[in-house]
Amino acid sequence: MIQIRQLQKAYMTGATPLPVLRGVDLHIRPGEAVAIMGSSGSGKSTLLNIIGLLDSHDSGEYHLDGQEVRALSESAAARMRNRLLGFVFQSFHLLADRDAVENVALPLFYRGIARKERNTRAVAALQQVGLGDRLDHLPNQLSGGQKQRVAIARALIGEPRVLLADEPTGALDTTTSDEIMDLLLGLNADGLTLVVVTHEAEVAERCQRTIVLRDGQVVSRGAPVDASAP
Amino acid sequence: MMGLAEGWSEIVRSWWRQPMRTLVTGATVAWGIFMLILLLAAGTGLENSMRWGYRDDAINSLWVYPGRVSALGAGTQRGRRIQLTDADVHTAQDLPQSIATTARFMLPGTTVIRVGSRTSSFSLRTVSPEHQLIEQTLVRSGRYLIQRDLDHYRKVAVIGRAVATFFWPDGDPFTTPLGELIAINGVNFTVVGVFEDVGGASEEQMVYLPITTARVVWGGADHVDMLMFTVDEHDAEQAAIAETGLRTALSGRHGFSPTDRRALRVRNNMLRFADVQQVFGWLRSFTWAVGLGTVLTSVVAVGNILLISVRERTRELGLRKALGATRWDIVRMVAVQGLALTLTAGCIGLVAGLGMVQALALWLPDNDYIRDPSVAPDVAIQAVVALSIGGLVASLVPAWQAARVQPIVALRDA
Repeated sequence: MIQIRQLQKAYMTGATPLPVLRGVDLHIRPGEAVAIMGSSGSGKSTLLNIIGLLDSHDSGEYHLDGQEVRALSESAAARMRNRLLGFVFQSFHLLADRDAVENVALPLFYRGIARKERNTRAVAALQQVGLGDRLDHLPNQLSGGQKQRVAIARALIGEPRVLLADEPTGALDTTTSDEIMDLLLGLNADGLTLVVVTHEAEVAERCQRTIVLRDGQVVSRGAPVDASAP
Repeated sequence: MMGLAEGWSEIVRSWWRQPMRTLVTGATVAWGIFMLILLLAAGTGLENSMRWGYRDDAINSLWVYPGRVSALGAGTQRGRRIQLTDADVHTAQDLPQSIATTARFMLPGTTVIRVGSRTSSFSLRTVSPEHQLIEQTLVRSGRYLIQRDLDHYRKVAVIGRAVATFFWPDGDPFTTPLGELIAINGVNFTVVGVFEDVGGASEEQMVYLPITTARVVWGGADHVDMLMFTVDEHDAEQAAIAETGLRTALSGRHGFSPTDRRALRVRNNMLRFADVQQVFGWLRSFTWAVGLGTVLTSVVAVGNILLISVRERTRELGLRKALGATRWDIVRMVAVQGLALTLTAGCIGLVAGLGMVQALALWLPDNDYIRDPSVAPDVAIQAVVALSIGGLVASLVPAWQAARVQPIVALRDA
């Protein structure tokens, strides 16, 4: 599903390039649940952004669903994000003036689907994440866990093949974190490929595989480990 | 993708996000168009007022008055009075630019007109049939003077409505006088026609007589005190050439310098009107420039507000792109919001402006400066087109800014 070879990425700090990813190799199969761990500045979020076609790499290869993403135009990348990928962010990123249904339906708007069908599918997605009774609630009327469920419903509505979650439990309490992870792993059990960036070992432990990054390089790609270990 | 109702709902929602800002920006645009419409209507009113001033005489007419010699030249004598004659009328007639020619002979002393026991001193004009075209006289009953009246020295008169009303107060002003006699300085003339004049009441206090008859009755020989002729109404240059030609010919005959403007005074309506028209052309351009400047200022305000809005919505725009919006989707979203605001406010200003113009046209008292202010439909359409283009251009800059937002921005936060 995701095949990355010798991926390099540097950001410019003034005139000096600051390497963030230094030759990352990664292979994620369809249906896998993979956690990416690493300390702050290790490059895990940058890697997730590149996997999610939100950022570009400088060199190396990245094939998503068999397609080399470097060849994609901006519009083609947008379409691929819309159809193949679902995003869940730490701070939810819901539109404050839209209710739960409208927030969830947003990806389908960019697929050219009529409002009626968008709303029907959004209601179904919200029911799937257990928010059938919060359809017309605005984000500020929802708890943190509920907001993240809305975000997950939004990621699911386009029936993506891969769900990318950046610290999905970072802003939640332990109980709610468990619930959200239950939800995400349940979706993974149904065949959805799951990539979670986290700094929480408890979250990573629940995934099938953990990739650990340090200074832009993969230092471990096996079973869950303690990311804070030297 | 998006139905009309949904599109409008999105636009209205974007307005409600900052209602006061939307209101103030919209009011700026509406005010701009309102002022443009008022300015254009005022310009039209001024122009109408000017045209009204010319309503009495043909615009394409030249009026020639003999004067006294003022410039010294070979064979000239300063202060000598010029006397025009029928030969000068024929000279005017023979000019290649001349269309209709007429002349007047002025009666010496005071004119006394009497019908039965009623006496007055209405003005008298002794003319030829072509005069009707030049003065724009509207014959309402009977007829105007004809060539046979002149050829046979007939004692006939065409009188104005005011004259008819004065002498026949109990009868119909247009039918009663026909065939009746009026005595002019003791000489009887038969009324053959009654006229009205677009020049108003003073022009209707007038009596027209055949010039040939008047000269025979009151001893005018072949004298002419004033001559008038018309030229092609579409060619001001021809009017200037005709004036020069006439001056040259008459100066030779009467012995004065062709450049002596006091010896021969010419009121060239065509040139005067062309000058005034040019002034109004400039005024129209100036009005458009000022009006469009106002509109431009207001659409720049829309662009400014959109830029601020785009900056405030960076996170949302990034998120939308992360979820699949293309650049074009974002450009369209922002541009449509700006254009909709511009057009909605502009149409409100347009309707308010047109309403105000209508009200002014209805309620403005008669005056010499503004007459029938109005805005032609095509001008209103041009204003809306200008507004649309302005609104679109002003919206495209912030729309392009919005489209450049990187989706990664949506992820990079607390």
